[in-house]
Amino acid sequence: MKQTVKALLTTFGVLASALGVGVGTTPAHAQAKTITLCWAAWDPANALVELSKDFTAKTGVGMKFEFVPWTNYADRFLNELNSHGSLCDLIIGDSQWIGGAAENGQYVKLNDFFTKEGISMDDYMPATVVGYSEWPKNSPNYWALPAMGDAVGWTYRKDWFARPEIQADFKAKYGRDLAVPKTLDELRDIAKFFQGREIDGKKVYGASIYTERGSEGITMGVSNYLYDYGFQYQDPKKPYSMDGFVNSPGAVKGLEAYKELYKCCTPPGASNSYMSEGLDAFKSGQVALQMNFFAFFPGLYKDPNVGGDKIGFFSNPAGPATQATQLGGQGISVVSYSKNQAEALQYIKWFSGGDVQKKWWALGGYSCAKSVLNDPGFPNSAPFAGEFLKSMGMVVDFWAEPSYAQLLQAEQKRVHDYVVADKGTAQEALDGLVKDWKAIFKEEGKKF
Amino acid sequence: MNDLSTSSQITYRAVPIRPGVIRRIRGLSDQALAWLFITPTIVLLLAINIFPLVWTIYLSFTNYRANRPNAPTLWLGTDWYQSILTDPDIWAAMQVTAHFVVWTVLIETVLGFGLAFLIDKKFRGHGLWTTIILLPMMLSPAVVGNFWTFLYQPQIGLFNYVVAFFTGRGASSFQMLGDVTLSPWAIVIVDAWMWTPYVMLICLAGLRSIPDYIYEAAEVDRASNWRQFWSITLPMALPFIMLAVLFRGIENFKMFDMVNLLTGGGPGSTTEVASITLKRAAFESWRTGYSSAFAIILFVTVFGLANIYVKALNRVKSR
Repeated sequence: MKQTVKALLTTFGVLASALGVGVGTTPAHAQAKTITLCWAAWDPANALVELSKDFTAKTGVGMKFEFVPWTNYADRFLNELNSHGSLCDLIIGDSQWIGGAAENGQYVKLNDFFTKEGISMDDYMPATVVGYSEWPKNSPNYWALPAMGDAVGWTYRKDWFARPEIQADFKAKYGRDLAVPKTLDELRDIAKFFQGREIDGKKVYGASIYTERGSEGITMGVSNYLYDYGFQYQDPKKPYSMDGFVNSPGAVKGLEAYKELYKCCTPPGASNSYMSEGLDAFKSGQVALQMNFFAFFPGLYKDPNVGGDKIGFFSNPAGPATQATQLGGQGISVVSYSKNQAEALQYIKWFSGGDVQKKWWALGGYSCAKSVLNDPGFPNSAPFAGEFLKSMGMVVDFWAEPSYAQLLQAEQKRVHDYVVADKGTAQEALDGLVKDWKAIFKEEGKKF
Repeated sequence: MNDLSTSSQITYRAVPIRPGVIRRIRGLSDQALAWLFITPTIVLLLAINIFPLVWTIYLSFTNYRANRPNAPTLWLGTDWYQSILTDPDIWAAMQVTAHFVVWTVLIETVLGFGLAFLIDKKFRGHGLWTTIILLPMMLSPAVVGNFWTFLYQPQIGLFNYVVAFFTGRGASSFQMLGDVTLSPWAIVIVDAWMWTPYVMLICLAGLRSIPDYIYEAAEVDRASNWRQFWSITLPMALPFIMLAVLFRGIENFKMFDMVNLLTGGGPGSTTEVASITLKRAAFESWRTGYSSAFAIILFVTVFGLANIYVKALNRVKSR
């Protein structure tokens, strides 16, 4: 019996040694912990991988990354959070998730941690703190550290705009110089002007805009028009009261203007376009203008075919009511189901450091820290930096309520039905949206 | 020492079985033994089929949301059922589904049977052609959805160029996936392309099961080819055709992946089949109670229709 036990122990020991785990491993040989960070698969994520090497070098904590394409990003990670999965220790979640994640206990509340570590939200751009960190909005309850500032902006073909014959044609047609549009009407004129034009023997089109149906695309696009035309999510004095704000006469005109732009000036087959389709259209030289998030602009500027001197950037032009733009971007949160919360918090502390934020911007990420953005040299640090700063000063975000996904789906359907599928009028679409949103809020027990 | 000598040293020792155990096994009736064998299967079925179904039925009467497990669950009775059955958007989705199911099944049956009829003639190289025809069926719907998205692309897509070649209109002048009129047909075309071979395979099995002597007798009676087709081929292959229709009907009623990849239900809600609506309610809006009720309605619909159909099929078979 003794021999059997001894043999078993020996076998187990050999196996354990072979696998490099378990019995007899001294702390000196123990592997440092590894934490997983979840985000979308896009250019800034690559920059973050590069940046995070410094964290591993400093702390010995390994980093794993789980990046999912944008079209599946919300599905994948909301499923993960809702099923209490522990895949992600850290998550860079979309700004609209914060209400649900906070109320459902999916994110760790960071107030105490911030106080203990001396991290102040005053050190970050106010719009990013409200958009990415706070729930309820405008209250000092923080669930994330602003990580990646972003907003919708525009790119244009600077080289085409500079051509004398194109300049002359435009002036003859519109009686003004072809230049960066200051208003949405000017933008439409430029898009119309380029639509179907032949440049270098190739037929080109006006603009690539967001029209995607499945996730959030068309909402992220149309919002830039709606805001500028006077759309508001609710009565500022009476929360959740939407009649006359969501479907105001201005908002109706904004929706009509977006449809006009889609119909007149987008490439054929652009009925389901979002970020990657916009990038494809611009990079392949199909379009003169492109609506897209600032996050892509560093990559576009480096593009060998359309980058450098050929590309220009501008923030969303003004409409009849105001000048605003759709907020993008995300905060970084610790997932409450994580078994590595201490290391995840350690990462957040490291990420909030001034030097790290500077390097983050230098690598292609968009820092939200005032120390970076308020630096006098920042506007000239990249061709799009000034426009980014301007945009972050005029951002508006979609609902961040726990029921945001339902609210988003309703807008996706109503707007796509009107803009792309030609169903009904703009007034009917927005009236229908108010009806849908009221039903959702009623189900949520909201009073309005 | 050789192997034989080694084995010769092995000694066998009888392990005594207690008489009580033998008596107990011997004492089991055939029925008890049968239960003993099928119990694990029944337990598995109960765990992974019946329990989820019963649980879904329960959830369909509540306001439960899977993303808010700690919120109080209220009993709503048949509220969700009433709201679903009176929701015009749901009926619109059901209409889209019906259009998709009817046209795909019709086209696949006609083409599938036609192809099976031709392949059954055993011409030279028919084996190679059978393999080529079966290829689309072997692809993953995800792959099919993705590459047909490119084929339908108005500027670079092969489909538009082929249509342009035959009709003379510009290749970029129409978009299959972005047009309200064309997109429902775009998804029908892709499904027919992919699944016609499957129907062909089932029909081929039916045609090959018809004994040659029946045709020989018909020829002795000087029956024309046309008469042979209507009086022998079609009636005898009919149960197989009906089976193919049943399989494709059920499959396409549940269609999700391919349509989701091709159009995402758009433009607008033009191609939003019921399963896409269900997925959005269940896993994007997290309205678990509502989507459970919708799932039950879909289940009852397809189960009821399939049962009626199977009865008809049995009648045809017994003729």
